[in-house]
Amino acid sequence: MSGADKNTSGNILLDVEKLGISFGGLKAVDNFNLKIEKGELYGLIGPNGAGKTTIFNLLTGVYKPDTGRIILDGADITGKPTIEINKAGIARTFQNIRLFSNLPVIDNVKAALHNHYRYGLIHGIFRTPLYYRTEKAMDEKAMEILKVFELDGVADYKASQLPYGRQRKLEIARAIATEPKLLLLDEPAAGMNPQETHELMETIKFVRDNFDTTILLIEHDMKLVSGICEKLTVLNFGRVLKQGETYDVLHDAEVIKAYLGD
Amino acid sequence: MKNKSKAFKQSFTTYALVLAFYLVCEIWLKTGNMSSLMEGLLVPLCYYMILAVSLNIVVGISGELSLGHAGFMCVGAFTGAIFAVTAGAEMPEYLELFIAIILGAAVSAVFGFLIGIPVLRLRGDYLAIVTLAFGEIIKNVINTIYLGVDVEGMHITMKDALSLNLGEGGKTIIKGAQGITGLPRNANFTIGIILVFISLFIVLNLINSRQGRAIMAIRDNRIAAESIGLSVSKYKMMAFVISAALAGVAGVLYAHNLATLQATPKNFGYNMSIMILVFVVLGGIGNIKGSLIAAVILTILPEKLRFLSDYRMLIYAVVLIAMMLFNSAPKAVAFRERLVESISRKNKKEAKEEA
Repeated sequence: MSGADKNTSGNILLDVEKLGISFGGLKAVDNFNLKIEKGELYGLIGPNGAGKTTIFNLLTGVYKPDTGRIILDGADITGKPTIEINKAGIARTFQNIRLFSNLPVIDNVKAALHNHYRYGLIHGIFRTPLYYRTEKAMDEKAMEILKVFELDGVADYKASQLPYGRQRKLEIARAIATEPKLLLLDEPAAGMNPQETHELMETIKFVRDNFDTTILLIEHDMKLVSGICEKLTVLNFGRVLKQGETYDVLHDAEVIKAYLGD
Repeated sequence: MKNKSKAFKQSFTTYALVLAFYLVCEIWLKTGNMSSLMEGLLVPLCYYMILAVSLNIVVGISGELSLGHAGFMCVGAFTGAIFAVTAGAEMPEYLELFIAIILGAAVSAVFGFLIGIPVLRLRGDYLAIVTLAFGEIIKNVINTIYLGVDVEGMHITMKDALSLNLGEGGKTIIKGAQGITGLPRNANFTIGIILVFISLFIVLNLINSRQGRAIMAIRDNRIAAESIGLSVSKYKMMAFVISAALAGVAGVLYAHNLATLQATPKNFGYNMSIMILVFVVLGGIGNIKGSLIAAVILTILPEKLRFLSDYRMLIYAVVLIAMMLFNSAPKAVAFRERLVESISRKNKKEAKEEA
């Protein structure tokens, strides 16, 4: 990156320009712009069907955009496959939990360490010293991550045996294990009670502060959004309605209208 | 860690089970009490166990239904047999068998890779049907091939033996539907069991490796697996190829247990593929130890029931259903768990009382 570039985009981690996609005749996302700075905790909100999850799917390569560009930390990742985008530094959780439900909790995290701790198939089958060394390091790293989410005590349980709230946490833990620059959380508090939501807020803040990552989250729970997000983008019918500091956005007349109607 | 010791225990009991099976059979054989019928079943038992373990990689670990497993076995069998009657004919028998196994595994793996390219783009039922088709294609193509060798090298045709145009001193190797004759028949129970152990070693270690974890993660949730950077096509292919290679090993063993090798619907047709699948399903999908036990029981049972003549298949079916229920009905599973728990509690109690 040149010096001039640094001045304009030095602190920008994610730069989305004029992103758009249509399904059939429906413009699900249209002319979407977003700039997120490194270390920010950013919220994406909007009524049901506004296109929030579609944007996540565009950012993670599940859908290829019809128009626009996605720049992550200076690299163009527009239209790349999901795997490449994860390697480039975006990890996500899902609105409806997607865990590796038959694997133990620890293996869910170890699977996510896959690209950071390597050994070949031959090492795996013949159990060379490299195998033992790497597996040990993976175990330690996985336990370290699980500890943050208070899941270390249930490391040997099958993922499907965990209660709902802890499954959500495990999903975040798994995403964090890929060491993302940008973490996308799709409705992390969905289905949680106020107590669990409060804990989750603490965890999200802790993750941002301790794992050197930036977080973009979709959420309906306004308490969580106003409690932890520094900036917000409000989406309505696939278009940006309002963008800015959390307080300003939430007190904007148009935003209130979009949520509550006339 | 608890997790690791559990995996170790699982593997250990599986090895111990096979070893115990081997010792029982050997002692039975050495004391001369084994019927010739049972004796003839020993090597088939081994290749069925290998087939069950290898199909379990695709069905259990990778989560895809494959119905063409007999096709890979067929490739391995013919590769091994061709080697046995050509280059291997002059070699010491164990060296010949060793090289035949390596070759059979390698050629089957190549076939697995080539077939995997189109097949693994599909999912679920579609994948099952296409593998079924490929299995049948392999068998039928081999059935029509004539292969001969003379001083000029290999000749191959799909017409008849005469069209091979073999020169002076030429030898026909594959005679179409008549297959390959004059095989060495040098497979035995011990070699079979060693191969079972090797297959188990590969599969159990694979499951507990980084690659196996990726394969199982993809099985459990493809979209999530991609989102954490796991290559779906790479690991599905890895499972498919390893599975094909092991089926090829079983095929080599099969071919070396016979004097004449033919590709008939009975041995390499879909009936065989379905039978292997029954071993896997009955033993519990993904349960390596279970599929071994199922393979043994379902191979011995039909032979032991011969005296019932017409009722044989009826009893076979009843046993099949009973085993299925015992293995997977929720109530039966719960009952088994309670049983294990009460036994372990009793043991603990006794241990405490002794102390």
